[in-house]
Amino acid sequence: MFRPKTRYVALPSPRAGVGEEIDRLKCPKCDTSLEPARLTAALGVCYRCGYHFRLRAPERIAMLVEPGSFHEEDQQITATDALGFKDSQPYVKRIEQSRASTGVNEAVTWGEATIAGQPLVIVCLDFAFMGGSMGAATGEKITNGMERALHSRLPLLIISASGGARMQEGMLSLMQMAKTAAALGRLGAAGLPYISLLTDPTMGGVTASFASLADVILAEPGAMIGFAGARVIQQATYETLPEGFQTAEFLWQHGMIDLVVPRPELPAVLRQLLDLYVKNGVAEDFELQPQANASAPTPAVRG
Amino acid sequence: MTDNGSIAAATWEQVELARHPDRPYALDYIHAIFGNFFELHGDRLFGDDHAIIGGPAALDQRTVMVIAQQKGRTTAERALRNFGMANPEGYRKALRLIRQAERFQFPVIAMVDTSGAFPGAGAEERGIAWAIAENLVALAQARIPIVTLVLGEGGSGGALGIGVGDRLLMMEHSIYSVAMPEACASILWRDIARKVEAAQALKLTAADLKRMGLADEIVPEPSGGAHNDYGMAADAAGAALRRHLASLEAVAVDRLLEERYQRYRRIGAS
Repeated sequence: MFRPKTRYVALPSPRAGVGEEIDRLKCPKCDTSLEPARLTAALGVCYRCGYHFRLRAPERIAMLVEPGSFHEEDQQITATDALGFKDSQPYVKRIEQSRASTGVNEAVTWGEATIAGQPLVIVCLDFAFMGGSMGAATGEKITNGMERALHSRLPLLIISASGGARMQEGMLSLMQMAKTAAALGRLGAAGLPYISLLTDPTMGGVTASFASLADVILAEPGAMIGFAGARVIQQATYETLPEGFQTAEFLWQHGMIDLVVPRPELPAVLRQLLDLYVKNGVAEDFELQPQANASAPTPAVRG
Repeated sequence: MTDNGSIAAATWEQVELARHPDRPYALDYIHAIFGNFFELHGDRLFGDDHAIIGGPAALDQRTVMVIAQQKGRTTAERALRNFGMANPEGYRKALRLIRQAERFQFPVIAMVDTSGAFPGAGAEERGIAWAIAENLVALAQARIPIVTLVLGEGGSGGALGIGVGDRLLMMEHSIYSVAMPEACASILWRDIARKVEAAQALKLTAADLKRMGLADEIVPEPSGGAHNDYGMAADAAGAALRRHLASLEAVAVDRLLEERYQRYRRIGAS
């Protein structure tokens, strides 16, 4: 199914240890041979053309949160083969191989952390684990993260990278869409902000559930985001797809996301959003000026 | 291997029955079960999607809101209904009806019959994933009883987009799957010809879903399939809908919503 591509970049992180040795890494977009050290310093963004390499979940989290602030939860939860599924190989074997090759137990990592001084729940999908696909255990971990945000009254940040619902768990996978959406419904009703970052790729049942249900939706440049894949659409309709179809920029033009954020700018954007949505709109360098509203009828001004 | 092969063949028979060209479609059931159905049109945003229909209808002494996926029988109607594959407008019309049902306290009866949401460039441009996701939340939170009945095909997120509720009933020869067997075969084997194997592996029959605890009840069909006797199929469906609706109406709405939440929450819980 999802063939591993050499499009990951291993960045040094406190959890993952030193990044893997990559002698000559080619940018899939501009074909430039990149120096690993320089690429790492550029946060996995091609310093020639700006291509954003895919990141593993631990790398991504390490890049965003304050050092040492991340406390992972549900690390032990792993997929189970409820259906006895077998395609070219048994699903149990696929799970085993994915665990061995990725060093994680599922396609999502979550926990509490601090970003810009603000505690939050961070949930990060990992495309390297079976294409970031959402099975029952994946959905369970994501929902646990949402419920933690709800019960601890914390803002939620989810970073998506997924091919969609996991085929090998059939309807149990599909129902995770309903489960995660229902949990987000409660989060929204409780007035807790949810920021969704869509990264390459975010497709299918993940886009059609929690990834698109945020108060603010951000995306990385060039990320492929959509519901049906381009190949499926072409097979079904014989349509000529427009230039840049299903890229983050394309979705922004169509009003589906709020902002395309280059990776180096992400911390500043998150800080700004957390200030606005969590700290009630008052940034440190901003002072209320009552006289600015003098023309408005103000018989009862509230402090 | 022979055993496996015969199970696969039996599963494929179910898939073909679920897609039988003479199988009753939503409007056949609606006219047989409900009185006074008044179809509402349009999503008030962009257009009217004929792949999803809906509106208020009478069921015994109450008004219900019917939302259904509708396939076409003639070539012209198939084109009009886009083979039952809805665009974002269909899901947004459904959302409009869900909100309206909530305001008037009409229970929702959702009838699922689609191979999936429409895979088209326009659907993507207008946010098909966004439309489906929004419905999942709206249905999870709607303060009215919701009964879902799968008539024929329940295909992926396109089915779930009107399919979240308090009860899931399935016609005896209906199927419900994370992806249609052809799509699954194409993803996992890169070969559509492996669809029969895929169908078996996916556990998509009504009996499979009942066994997994996802479906609450299997509605019996006339011998050989619903296409052999529309009246009998609709009578059985109507009776099951009435029974489940009555039991849900007896539950206080806060408890109803909590039970609906837990219904999904426990799927895959460790």
